[in-house]
Order: sequence, then C-alpha cells, then structure tokens
Amino acid sequence: MIKHSYLGSKKAKVELPLHLMLIPGVIVTLIYAYGPIFGIVMAFQKFQPASGFFHSKFVGWRNFEYIFNLPDFTQVIWNTFFIAVMKISLGLAIPLLLALLLNEIVRGWFQRIVQTSIFMPFFLSWAVLGGVMIEVFSLNGPVNSIISGLGLEPIMFMAKNNWFVSIIIGSDVWKGMGYNMIIFLAAIVGINASLYEAAEVDGAGRWKQMLNITLPGMAPIIILLCTLSLGSVLNAGFDQILVLYNPVVYESSDIIDTFVYRLGLFDQQYAPAAAVGLFKSVISVAMVSISYYLAYRFSKYRIF
Amino acid sequence: MFYRVPLSRRIFTIGNVFFLTFITFLCIVPFIHLLAVSLSSNVAASAGEVKLLPIGFTFEAYHFLGQKVEFIRSLGVSLQRVVLGTIISMFFIFITAYPLSKANSQFRFRTWYVWFFAITMFFGGGLIPTYIVVKETMLMNTIWALIIPGALNVWNMIMMLNFFRGIPKEMEEAALIDGAGHWTVLWKIYLPVSLPSIATIGLFTIVWHWNSWFDGIIYMNSPDKYPLQSYLFTLVTSINLKMITSDDISTLQNLSEKTLRTAQIFLGALPIMLVYPFLQKYFVKGMTVGSVKE
Repeated sequence: MIKHSYLGSKKAKVELPLHLMLIPGVIVTLIYAYGPIFGIVMAFQKFQPASGFFHSKFVGWRNFEYIFNLPDFTQVIWNTFFIAVMKISLGLAIPLLLALLLNEIVRGWFQRIVQTSIFMPFFLSWAVLGGVMIEVFSLNGPVNSIISGLGLEPIMFMAKNNWFVSIIIGSDVWKGMGYNMIIFLAAIVGINASLYEAAEVDGAGRWKQMLNITLPGMAPIIILLCTLSLGSVLNAGFDQILVLYNPVVYESSDIIDTFVYRLGLFDQQYAPAAAVGLFKSVISVAMVSISYYLAYRFSKYRIF
Repeated sequence: MFYRVPLSRRIFTIGNVFFLTFITFLCIVPFIHLLAVSLSSNVAASAGEVKLLPIGFTFEAYHFLGQKVEFIRSLGVSLQRVVLGTIISMFFIFITAYPLSKANSQFRFRTWYVWFFAITMFFGGGLIPTYIVVKETMLMNTIWALIIPGALNVWNMIMMLNFFRGIPKEMEEAALIDGAGHWTVLWKIYLPVSLPSIATIGLFTIVWHWNSWFDGIIYMNSPDKYPLQSYLFTLVTSINLKMITSDDISTLQNLSEKTLRTAQIFLGALPIMLVYPFLQKYFVKGMTVGSVKE
C-alpha cells in the first residue's frame, strides 16, 4: 500500500516534474541502449531482417558453432589479444617514462609546450590520423626518404604484416600517450613535497629520490590504471584498424571488431556476426567486473 | 648560499631536454608535413620532395576545394550534425542530470533511475544489434541516425550531475519554499549558474560529433550524406589500397591530387587543433577528479 500513499501524496506532486524531466532520457536509453541489449537474442536466431527480433526462428547455439568453425576465427582472437595487450603495456610504460622525465624539468613554458603538443593527437579522429599515417609511411613519404637516405631499401609499411602491426601499436601509443602522461603528472604533483626536502637533507640525489619517493608515490595510480586496463584486453582499436588495414595484412591485423563488421554489414550474416559480438561482450564484461573489483580492493576506486 | 649543480646532473638535463624536444617534434611534425604538402605544387608533392616546408608555394589546393562538391557537401552535413547534435545532446544531458542530482530524500525513485542509466555504461548490445535497432526505428539515411542514438551520453551527464551538486542549495530551497516548482528552479536558477559547465560539456560534444565517422559509414546509404570525417575515411582507405596495389614509385607519382587530399585531411583536423588547448584544461581537471581521488 506504500505505492498508493506515494501516488496520491503531496511529495509525489512536488516530485512529478522530476519524473517528467527524465522521460526524454529514459525513452532514448530504452530504445537505443536497452533495445540492442535485448536484440542480442538474435545471436541465437536464424535472424531475418524482415521478421525482426520477435519473429525470427530460434536455432540455439548454431551460430556459435558456425563461427567457431570458421578457419580464420582463432587467428582473429589471437590478433585481437596480442595487439590489445601490446597497446596496453606500452601505452602505460611510455607515458610513465615521459611523465618522470618531464617532472625533472623546471615548470614553465617548455613543460607546457611539451605537454600540449603530446596531447594533440589524442583529440583527433582516426580518419584524420589514418590519413596522416598513410602520407608519412607511404613509399615516397618522409620516413622512407630517411630510410633510403641511410642507403637502405624503402619499406612498404602498410603491406608487410610485421611492420603493419608495429605501426598499429606504435601509432596508438603515440595518439594516447598525452592522456596517461597527464594522469601520471597529476599523481606526481600530489606527492608530499616535504618528503623530497627530507631526502635532500639526507643526501639522496635525484635518481634516488625518483626511485624511493616518486615511484612509490605513484604506485596507487599505476596499479589502478593497470587493473582498469584489464577490461580492454579485447579492445584492439576498431576505428584505427578499420582506417589503416587492407586485405594484404588481414592475417596479422584482422581483429574481432573488424571481423564482426565485415561478416555482419558486408556479408549481411547478421546473426553469426552478432554471435561473435556477444562472445566478445561476455569476456569483456567479465574482465571489466574483475578489474573494477580489483581496483576497488587495491585503490578504493569507485566511479560514483 | 652557493649551490653547485653536479656535472652529471647537467648532462642529464641537456639529454632530457633533447629527448623531450624530440618527442614533441614526433607529435607535431607529421601535421607540419601534411600542411607543407597541401601548400606545395602538385608536381613536387607527388614526387615526394616536400618535407617540412612547401615547395612551389601555392594555395591552389585550397582554392580548388571550394569547387569540390564532395568536400563542400560533407562539410555541410558535418556542420548540420554538430549544431543539431550538440543542441539536442545538451538538452538531454541538462534535463536528465537535474533530477538525478537530487538527494534521495528529495527524489524518492532516484536510485532506480540512476541504475537504469548506469547499467548502459557497462553493457551494450554491440555493433550488429545496434545497427538493426537504428534500421528498425527508420533513422537510416537521415541525419537523425547520427544524433539520436548517442543523444544522452551518460559520462557527460554524470559530469553535469556532479557540477549541479556543487551549486549551493540555499537559493533552491528558498524558491521551493516560496512555492516555485522544480521547472522554475531548473530554468531560473540552475540554467544561469551552469552556463560555464554547459559550455565545457558542449565543447566536448562538439568535438565528439566533429570526429565521429563510423556511424556515418554504416547508417548512410549514399556518400552524398556522409559527414566530413566519413568522407575522409573513404578518401584515406581508397588511397591506401591504391598505394598497396601499386608496387613501384612511378605509378605512385601518377596518383594525382596528393595536395588536394592532404588539404582536406588538414582541414578535417584544423578545428580540433584550434579548440583542444582549451579542452585540455578541463580534461585534466575532470580526469584527475575521477581517477586520483583517494
């Protein structure tokens, strides 16, 4: 009967506008966020666009059997995992190094210029950055002119599997390093300055101070970023690879997301593609949950 | 007091400055190269002679872009998308954040709603089901496909919500006691005070809309409805494929329009290059609030 007393009460009358304000957001979220979540049922259907989610025939696990028997699928999973892990580890290590080095410079215009420049690629889209990469690494581009200047053979970076993966990983680290560097710098700024003064009195040099004060002081944020990145072990960077890859390098750089894209939207095999997507989501959600749990345990991190 | 910097420290500092300068160049030089190519004569550009300074300086490529239909049209779609999308998004964010910023005592079902929205931050249907839903709701091939599905960005909404929480409660309480409703409080008290944060989140939304290209590729049937970044995507991937299938430099040189291509890519990046230094500041603040809090 509590519900009735709320519906008629004065409190409900005051709160009514609050409910009304939420209507637009609730509708859009229901359709475009919960709709697709419900739509995952298609992974278990013989999905026909004409019959929709509600009237397509159920086929159980057949779509999953189909995709796991596709010849390239294991390679795709391995590519995804490899590229993602390399990006995560270098994407943390290099910004950490840069933050430590930048911290050794006296604060001022130089530091600001370095910081702002390094942050720039982060804000640009992969459509633009992909264009930049292709110009820079093309056969008659600047990188190859340096290589031939050294007397070596020019390299077709975009068409050789191992070079291509290195470029994918390297350019992603390049794009994102400003972001993590700033997080690390903020953590360094937060370290108690009196610790450094005490160390100086004790005769510790800058190297010793870095090892014994700065790094331990940053440990919580480093651990936090490491655990949170667990959640993206299957996110190898869809936009980037879609811009840069080509059939010649599928072997090394076709990842789950690009595979779903081609299978679903080019070959119109909607249901098997949705099954691959679901496979990835299940693993990702599990990893994200674990990472948030660990982040909460180790660093008391919460989003809300 | 006289303080002598040890030699080893001085050597380290010089090396460090050199290294950081190198990294800085690594982040800027590709764009300088891009600009230089776009300002060079087509002959020098196609031959790959241009490095950091234009050779045969000319604005020809930029002049020509004024008549390039695909470019102008996609620029128009992008502007339309940015304006409409940002206005609609900000409305959704503003009106949703207000009720959720109330205390539980002030809004009884708040927690339910918060969960309703928060769940979508961690679970999603994935590419294919989302595509089908957009198709089923008749948005395909219209500008609304690029605007409506992402209209309520939950992260941005939480940012707004946190800002609302910082607004002193006295004015609001006085207004409510005087018999004003929540609508009045929202428009007369919250809106004027939160203009700076609306501007910030608005700028983030503008950048997001300007940069998005994948939705354009999948939801638009014909390239004449692509926003600029989707058009750039098709430009970049097609040239990439041509470069790979031609394996000697002489055919590469026959690929004309290199200056035109770089000019378009540069213009796609330019607005972001102009606004991001302002965003960077807020970004640092927002990130550190979220990540370094103890």
